[in-house]
Amino acid sequence: MTPEELRELAARRREELQEFKYRLNVCLAAGCQSCHGDSVYKALKAEVESRKLEGVQVRGVGCLSLCAEGPLVQVEPDNLLYQRVRAEDAPELIESMYGKPLKRLACPTDAPFFAAQKQIVLENSGRIDPESLEDYLAADGYEGLMRALTEMTPAEVIAEMTTSGLRGRGGGGFPTGLKWSTVAKSKGAKKFVICNGDEGDPGAFMDRSVLESDPHRVIEGMIIAGYAVGASHGYAYIRAEYPLAVKRIQNAIKQATKVGLLGEGICGTGFGFTIEVRLGAGAFVCGEETALIASIEGKRGQPRPRPPFPAESGLWGYPTLINNVETFANVPPILRNGGAWFAGMGTEKSKGTKVFALAGRVKNTGLIEVPMGITLRKIIFDIGGGIPDGKKFKAVQTGGPSGGCIPEEHLDMPVDYDSLAKVGSIMGSGGMIVMDETSCMVDVAKYFMEFCKSESCGKCVPCRAGTDQMHGLLSKICAGEATMDDLALLEHLCEVVKNTSLCGLGQTAPNPVLSTLRYFRHEYLAHIQEKRCPAGVCKIKAAAEVHA
Amino acid sequence: MSDAPHILTLKIDDQDVSAVEGQTILAVARENGIAVPTLCFLKGLSPVGACRLCLVEIKGVPKLLPACVTRAAEGMEVTTDSPRLREYRRTILELLFAERNHVCSICVSNNNCELQSLARAQGLTHVRVPYRHPRLGVDATHSRFSADHNRCILCARCVRVCDEIEGAHTWDIMGRGIDCRVITDMNQPWGQSDTCTSCGKCVHVCPTGTLTEKGVAAAEMKKRQQFLPYLTAMREERE
Ligand SMILES: Cc1cc2nc3c(=O)[nH]c(=O)nc-3n(C[C@H](O)[C@H](O)[C@H](O)COP(=O)(O)O)c2cc1C
Ligand code: SF4
Ligand code: FES
Repeated sequence: MTPEELRELAARRREELQEFKYRLNVCLAAGCQSCHGDSVYKALKAEVESRKLEGVQVRGVGCLSLCAEGPLVQVEPDNLLYQRVRAEDAPELIESMYGKPLKRLACPTDAPFFAAQKQIVLENSGRIDPESLEDYLAADGYEGLMRALTEMTPAEVIAEMTTSGLRGRGGGGFPTGLKWSTVAKSKGAKKFVICNGDEGDPGAFMDRSVLESDPHRVIEGMIIAGYAVGASHGYAYIRAEYPLAVKRIQNAIKQATKVGLLGEGICGTGFGFTIEVRLGAGAFVCGEETALIASIEGKRGQPRPRPPFPAESGLWGYPTLINNVETFANVPPILRNGGAWFAGMGTEKSKGTKVFALAGRVKNTGLIEVPMGITLRKIIFDIGGGIPDGKKFKAVQTGGPSGGCIPEEHLDMPVDYDSLAKVGSIMGSGGMIVMDETSCMVDVAKYFMEFCKSESCGKCVPCRAGTDQMHGLLSKICAGEATMDDLALLEHLCEVVKNTSLCGLGQTAPNPVLSTLRYFRHEYLAHIQEKRCPAGVCKIKAAAEVHA
Repeated sequence: MSDAPHILTLKIDDQDVSAVEGQTILAVARENGIAVPTLCFLKGLSPVGACRLCLVEIKGVPKLLPACVTRAAEGMEVTTDSPRLREYRRTILELLFAERNHVCSICVSNNNCELQSLARAQGLTHVRVPYRHPRLGVDATHSRFSADHNRCILCARCVRVCDEIEGAHTWDIMGRGIDCRVITDMNQPWGQSDTCTSCGKCVHVCPTGTLTEKGVAAAEMKKRQQFLPYLTAMREERE
């Protein structure tokens, strides 16, 4: 289809949507699905049908953000949000549309949880049917691509990305424009674009949510990238544990192909691009770019030394652009609104927004998108609603097994790549776990080390044997059996593993230990010198018991 | 541009050296008599950069890089020996010694073991990390060779020689992290392997006493790796 035809399709859908006076958007993303969102959806649909109501649409949509209070239902045109809805609530909910809002289930959308968020990546999440191309088009979908293809040269697209200041959302924060221009400059008979949807951090579900709630956005980002770097084929690498995300992206690829947004001569231009889905088998290390590439090539998913970087020699030796799901999801709005618009948000070196999976000891857990530069305190105490049960905040962990624990004293620091690195953590891909006084920081460090130890691919010596040794030492400390020599050895191993491991997994595996040692050393010392766990988490045998 | 090889100049340990474009730092260092410890690297096999013993410092690069895979570049300033590098190398060797059961005195490869000689060269006198003492088996099902997993350091030389030189791909690695193990075929006993040609190349590239010929006594197993440079040279000639 030509851009005109696509825009017609969008206009028609907008009209169709207006035919409905009322619309019930039922969240069918993973969080709400797991608490029977689908039965709420069915009940509402059945209710509308049995009452033969006109002008009422019941729609399954993507994540509505406050996962902790699911299943969530949003009612248009009044934009009321209902929480913890059960199938039995369907009749009452339908009646409320014509009368007064249903107080019993109302979720206050003026609360800071919603008000302090800024949605770019998630702008369509919960607002469109993720399985409908027309819905995406009606929300200005593929406008960025059409602009790129019909009004801009590849170099201009890259310049726009550079102006935006977007940095990779997969963890490293590498400038996206710079990466694109490197791949564009690399010489190769073919080039590839890969979307990294392996998302292996424990507790993280940002990419999953984007793929499930707005799959066309990721596809649009990939096509624009293909045009910019000169690639004609892309791979969407998604972990097999995300069946819904896989299904939705496959459905979206099919739809896009049908209307000529994928394939030869996209939008009537000379540019062609195709996308294939590849499933990851759930190894954390396969999210590392060179391991991911090996995995697509059908080899054992193990990293290889860089350089050469994939931009130069990637998939089957060809120049390859690899970006994270959320990175690609930022591309369409940047092309639609311009790089300067995007650069207007955030801090000097970290632009735009970041999606976090807020979890742990906070009242409101869920998927949030906040402007870069917001403070941690605002996220935890305003958006997150603070610590439940009158407990005291202790630390917030960002960056998962590669990140660190940040104490109270740094809560007023802005959330951006550089500030987080300065306090010994990382932005990471968006995991954020809040801990209160009931958490033992040595135990937390041990937990992450156990994760790294079992996810190490085993290729290089420091990570394979070092994470095992560090885990052993942490276990010894937790059991109250360690000496100060053990602590010194632990610190030494942290340094060696960090500086000598082959890939990012080993290089960052010591971070949780290093950051807890930096801010909570007294907890380590209490375990070692006083044989006591201050948080009461670790089971330490009293001296008497040991001798008995 | 002409087809003549591009010549680069760089510094390794303050020594001015020259290199052909595409050469690794390790190759240039060795040509110039500069010793860099290596374990997973073996000339003639594809380098994997896995043991991390050959890490070197490069001026202006924040990370340490493995000499065996990193290409020399114009104006590079490389340091192959420093107190920090020595300390890291020692620790990596300690981690290897503690990982499995390396009891040299009863090993057929005693005094002919690359792990042992590296430890000597690096002045390793004791191991600070606790020994893990895993209980690993010996596969003695092959008629001529045996595999003692207690001595394996997972350098993957056997995997590479079998795949890249012999073309059999009998060996592979199974498992993750500390549980990794080399296996034959789909983890069948070596003696029952359908693909093994019994060429013995794996035995001779194995740096330790893991893969050995049967019937040799302690300290008797001498490895012969001369076939590799010979085969590589033959292949290069043909290309
Ligand atoms: C152990 C490890 C796991 C990783 N897992 C992921 C992942 O799940 N998703 C992701 O996008 N990037 C992951 N990365 C980062 C990728 O290697 C790569 O930097 C990223 O996909 C680049 O995309 P970006 O520039 O858009 O961030 C991981 C890195 C390491 C070292
Ligand atoms: S650092 Fe760990 S995960 Fe990465 S290559 Fe080494 S063993 Fe594998
Ligand atoms: S010899 Fe270079 S990493 Fe092993």
